[in-house]
Amino acid sequence: MATATKVAQSGRVHTISKSEARRKLIERVAAVLFSTIAILWLGANLIKSPSQFLQATIGGLSNGALYALIALGYTLVYGIIELINFAHGDLFMLGGVFSANFISIWFGQEKSSPKGWLIFLLCLLAVMTFTASINVGIERFAYRRLRRAPKLAPLITAVGMSFILQFVGLTWNGSGQKSWNSVLPGGAFVVGGAKIYYVTLILFAVTVPLLLFLTYVVSKTRQGKAMRATAQDQDAARLMGINVNRTISFTFALGGALAGAAGLLYVETIGTTAFNLGYQLGLIAFTAAVLGGIGNLTGAVLGAVLIGVIQGLNDGLPIGLGQQWSQTVVFSILILLMVFKPAGILGTPTTEKV
Amino acid sequence: MMAKKINGAVKEHSQKKWAIGFLIAAILIYILYAFVVERVPYSVQSFLQTWLSATSLNEALVWVICALGLNIVVGYAGLLDLGYVAFWAIGGYSAGWFMSAFFQQVNVHLGGTTVVQHRGIHISFWGVLILGAIICAFFGVVIGAPTLRLKSDYLALVTLGFGEIIPQVFVNGENIGGFNLSNGTKGITPLDNINLLGKQLGPFDLSQKYIIFVGLTAVMVFISLRLRSGRLGRAWLAIREDELAASMMGVPLMRTKLSAYAVGAMAGGIGGVAFATHVNGVFADRFNFSISIILLAMVVLGGMGNVWGVMVGALVVAWVNSTGLPAGGNAINKAFGTNINFPSYNFLIFGLVLVLMMLFKREGLLPESRLKMVLHEHDDDESVSVGA
Repeated sequence: MATATKVAQSGRVHTISKSEARRKLIERVAAVLFSTIAILWLGANLIKSPSQFLQATIGGLSNGALYALIALGYTLVYGIIELINFAHGDLFMLGGVFSANFISIWFGQEKSSPKGWLIFLLCLLAVMTFTASINVGIERFAYRRLRRAPKLAPLITAVGMSFILQFVGLTWNGSGQKSWNSVLPGGAFVVGGAKIYYVTLILFAVTVPLLLFLTYVVSKTRQGKAMRATAQDQDAARLMGINVNRTISFTFALGGALAGAAGLLYVETIGTTAFNLGYQLGLIAFTAAVLGGIGNLTGAVLGAVLIGVIQGLNDGLPIGLGQQWSQTVVFSILILLMVFKPAGILGTPTTEKV
Repeated sequence: MMAKKINGAVKEHSQKKWAIGFLIAAILIYILYAFVVERVPYSVQSFLQTWLSATSLNEALVWVICALGLNIVVGYAGLLDLGYVAFWAIGGYSAGWFMSAFFQQVNVHLGGTTVVQHRGIHISFWGVLILGAIICAFFGVVIGAPTLRLKSDYLALVTLGFGEIIPQVFVNGENIGGFNLSNGTKGITPLDNINLLGKQLGPFDLSQKYIIFVGLTAVMVFISLRLRSGRLGRAWLAIREDELAASMMGVPLMRTKLSAYAVGAMAGGIGGVAFATHVNGVFADRFNFSISIILLAMVVLGGMGNVWGVMVGALVVAWVNSTGLPAGGNAINKAFGTNINFPSYNFLIFGLVLVLMMLFKREGLLPESRLKMVLHEHDDDESVSVGA
């Protein structure tokens, strides 16, 4: 297979370089075009209403932080076994439902109080364990058996898993949307005409350490090294004495834990749960992962923040398409990206995957 | 060589058996609903109404048409399309646009069944079928073109994106720059009648419409089978099995993949037009992701690539979805005094179908012999490559 690819490439060196150059040109023209339009749009809005602009940006950033947690799960799994884990968004949804039940029903916390904050921290640990074990279970029972199967098989399995998780959410949470009271302090302070809620700050206070911890695990620890090795070549990693199955399980656990944390934060900041939430947010988060370059951890965070801000601006600015076109805007970005730059912003086809 | 020829003959024979079987079943059902039902006692009528209503039969045929279309994309060419609902929607809206009084601005009549004084675009059902198919094929190419360079999993995602965007365009389409494209969530209703041999068929002429839908299904089966054995079909299979090898053998990847999208989308358009006439309107909020997944479950359950398998799979899944779960659930609830909401289990059932089929019977219940080999090609690789 590898030699065949090589032959194919060397045989077409001339044509590839020509079409490559043309593609680069198209990419550049498109990039310039899009950034010009974006700058014009942003400028017009900034002049029209600076405070609204700031408000929308902050809202977008906090969305972006949530997306980053979910997007990392996609990118970790894709990086290691090249599978789009469609069930990942639904894992986030289950995390949200679990946290809402944990805090409001099992521990009966409805208001912001020191006890509530303690329960919040406890819930963070509980929900991360919960979603991590579900994700590991899914990998163990479904994806592992299909690791050598043609690509279509694990993909379809992932879609099926997503439906099964949605069913769990449907029976647990009911068919409608449910609202929950937050145990985090309400209120806000005003900076430059824009309200900054305390929950937004807490969101960052939880997200950023998690992201830093993940970076540390992947880049500095022995287990992280094993992950990177497995991502590059499973067979070689196995020959080097790495327990490939355990490493992949560990990756799924990491991704699942992050999705659980995102679920808790979503419930505590936005305050709603619905069984189909995971599907929508999961898709957006996946777009973010692709935007940053799938398989690239920094890229996933960058892409998530970008998507979050774009969405926040589109939804909140006076001159914009408005919330009802939110999904369309995000998916148009995804498609345009696929056409012009499938590798994403930071991802390059030749670099390491994790 | 000899063996191959015999094999081919057997295959041909079984194709014929299936075709005749379905034809007989279709005719029997038609006779049952057109002539017998009125003459049997009421209890039998209500039994039929509960367990196999004429409405659900017609709807199941629409599902079959769409599943056959998806089968060309997923089963033949091996391109995972998770946004097939987009074509269903576009087909539905072509019927809405061209067969109703929706566009009050103009007054176009082309073999339509309404009087000339009525404003709007009124094209004959048969014309709209072709028109819808062409529009969908166009969109199929539009959706397919940017994805051709992508790997299979990215492709699934882009189609998914389109499957989200297009219904949202229709939901929000009440006011696109001041133009009413789709009447938003209110939908476009009613549609014109169908003109069949001088007779006008309204929304309640179920048994005549049944004939039309069976005919459309037969056309789709014919197209699928003919394409499958032709040059294009063999090129699709080659791409499905190994893209690199296929391109080395001179299969033009771009054109072949695009034509898979176009033909698959065309079927979606035909199904969409048929469904719109079936429910006498198009309603934007019906087109959601679960339709794409149910269609995928039909194709996977029946056996990717095998037309008859997909047809059986589609009929079974459509029946379970429209009749089996609600009616069966009611019966169970009544018998055991329980109060379980069975229709809500469809998520679980379709999810499990996809997962279990992929784990244990990847080739589907009625497998296509070639696909079976391909899907199990690497099953024993792990132990071999590690030497364990």
